[in-house]
Amino acid sequence: MPDAGAAWSQRRDTVPLPLQVDGLCYRVDEETLIDNISVSIDSPGISVILGPNGAGKSLFLRLIHGLIDPSAGDIRWRGRPPDLAQRRRQALVFQKPVLLRRSVAANIDFVLKPLGAGYRERRDQILQAAGLFRLRDHPARLLSGGEQQKLALARALATDPAVLLLDEPCASIDAGSTLQIETLLEQTSARGVKILLVTHNIGQARRLADDVLFLHHGRLLEYSPAEAFMKCPKSPPAQAFIDGNIVL
Amino acid sequence: MKTGKKQALLAVALIGLISGSGIAGERSIIVQSTTSTANSGLYDHLLPQFKQDTGITVHVVAVGTGQAIKNAKNCDGDVLLVHARSAEEKFVAEGYGLSRHDVMYNDYIFVGSPADPAGIAGGGSATIALKKIAASRSRFASRGDNSGTHKKEMALWKQTGIDPTAHSGAWYLETGSGMGATLNAAVGSNAYGITDRATWISFANKSDFDILVEGDAALFNQYGIIMVNPARCRQVERESAQAFIDWILSSKGQAGIAAYQLTGQQLFFPNAKP
Amino acid sequence: MQDFGAAFGLAFSLVFNADADLVEIILLSLRVSIGAVALAALIGFPLGALTAVVAFPGRQAIAVLLNALMGLPPVVVGLLVYMALSRAGPFGWMNLLYSPAAMIIAQTILVTPIIAALTRQVVEDMHREYDEQFRSLCIPPRRVIGALIWDSRYSLLTVTLAGFGRAIAEVGAVIIVGGNIDHLTRVMTTAIALETSKGDLALALALGFILLVLALSVNAAVYGLRLSARRLSYA
Repeated sequence: MPDAGAAWSQRRDTVPLPLQVDGLCYRVDEETLIDNISVSIDSPGISVILGPNGAGKSLFLRLIHGLIDPSAGDIRWRGRPPDLAQRRRQALVFQKPVLLRRSVAANIDFVLKPLGAGYRERRDQILQAAGLFRLRDHPARLLSGGEQQKLALARALATDPAVLLLDEPCASIDAGSTLQIETLLEQTSARGVKILLVTHNIGQARRLADDVLFLHHGRLLEYSPAEAFMKCPKSPPAQAFIDGNIVL
Repeated sequence: MKTGKKQALLAVALIGLISGSGIAGERSIIVQSTTSTANSGLYDHLLPQFKQDTGITVHVVAVGTGQAIKNAKNCDGDVLLVHARSAEEKFVAEGYGLSRHDVMYNDYIFVGSPADPAGIAGGGSATIALKKIAASRSRFASRGDNSGTHKKEMALWKQTGIDPTAHSGAWYLETGSGMGATLNAAVGSNAYGITDRATWISFANKSDFDILVEGDAALFNQYGIIMVNPARCRQVERESAQAFIDWILSSKGQAGIAAYQLTGQQLFFPNAKP
Repeated sequence: MQDFGAAFGLAFSLVFNADADLVEIILLSLRVSIGAVALAALIGFPLGALTAVVAFPGRQAIAVLLNALMGLPPVVVGLLVYMALSRAGPFGWMNLLYSPAAMIIAQTILVTPIIAALTRQVVEDMHREYDEQFRSLCIPPRRVIGALIWDSRYSLLTVTLAGFGRAIAEVGAVIIVGGNIDHLTRVMTTAIALETSKGDLALALALGFILLVLALSVNAAVYGLRLSARRLSYA
């Protein structure tokens, strides 16, 4: 596997790091869902946002992507707010893939076409890389859950993002597709793309994470390199989570 | 872009669809006329002959006389052929039309069910029939649409001194519709009605209704023809309109009117002044 | 009533003999109503999608207005178009009154609010599903509207059908602006009105049956199309 660090240094200029989050809060009707998160992420590779259900992981992802506005606090990608210009350099893969009511190929074309000529070859490359080429003429919405998620990921990659955000991409799909997606993510990371991956699957975190953000009840309890986090988590909920206990 | 081409193609197809065959290149006029003349089939009988003689296509808009006059005032026609003499003369006097000519006549008749609750059958006076209907409060279906027939009916009521509209909705039913619709209403609700003879002969939904009163000179029904004033309405096809009027008033047109029969009965009687 | 039996017989004989006048009237009916619906779709799809997707001042008002205009009486539309196209009216110089074009214009006005209002509902539902993904992809509004219209194409087919049903069935507008002129502007509904006024109820009813069959076949064709779309999970 190529060295992520080497590619990273080559792409350093194009990847808008560090991501600085300062006093981030998100409330709905007096209920605080994201509670004063501050963190600075400047590492290459894959950052896994880990935590039990309802910890606020998906919200955190949407906030830093700029899809929703925080109630308080500040988000900066290398000093810039998460506006349209920043979002253009990012891609988000949703937990439940949102596919167009078209063929597999047309779903990729949708994001490639504005980039101009030669999009057909690029689309075919992308579909091949995702293992979807033979399905290119199938209606996207008749694919299996795993295939749909692979297509959503392929479409995200087709936009050539500098930052790839994923929200539980493997939450409800088969093992084979999970493996293919994880392989794709490793390759992507190796090309120097910064990846932020939300998961509550500790196994997936172990396999992929370079560093870990552990969220619990809307709070960031821990941000450490993956190895350190897995060996000796600092907070009791993180310890319980790693041990496979139910964390409330 | 591909979609751009598609849209252009669609637009072209649409324009073709809308403009379609149309009436381009062919001489044609619009005649604002009455339902009685059109529904009786008179025009279907006359117009092919006229077209053969002159090559001019005549488009007939068949509405009530009141509506026809209003449309003609809006310049939406070249010729007016209706049956309400005083309204026609007013139309000419106000400068909307050129001179008016008598074309043909027939007569109005009272129709009703054989039960005849007002006992008007066999009578020869229109005003007596109306008085009997009002006195017995028998149902009467009126056009109520300012048409030639309606104007005639109102003139007859005026002679009786009765204002039927005071009983509108009780026994006096104003349909506000064409002759056919009013006859349908009369037949459907067992009401009396006044109609021109041509419409009655060609009317197919008579049920058991019959002619009850006829022959009163007051029931005379005169049709007139007028060219819409080209000085007011620039779009009037003056030559073609004049050709149509001349032809209708000519011996050939008049003979054509006389020759038109339905179920062995003559519907219109030509009376143009030579 | 004996009229029903007679009407059925008459309808069959008219159809089987391919009565030339009837064919002409049917073709004109289709041309006018399909033309009007196509124009209305061209206006109504983007308009409906726009009100569903883009937040602009007066959007709610337009949505309410479109819904209200769905119930516009055909004769009112006919009257308005007559006044506009009359030679005494502002567009009299176009010489369109008493032509199929005038009928298409009237029916377009009648059908556009229906298509726009229903499109708004269809597109709004789909927009809810696609919104975050599109915002994440930074798709500009124009493309969002285009994509939503394209992706709801099979639902919009049903919307179009609702418009077509209204157009092909109305008589109030076309009889005023078309004038029911034989061989020029006579369509199925005005022919039915004419035969009714002549008291020829059997013939009127026969034409009504034929109109019904016409509408049924169009509906069946679209239904079939939708079924196959559902199999592809596009609907």
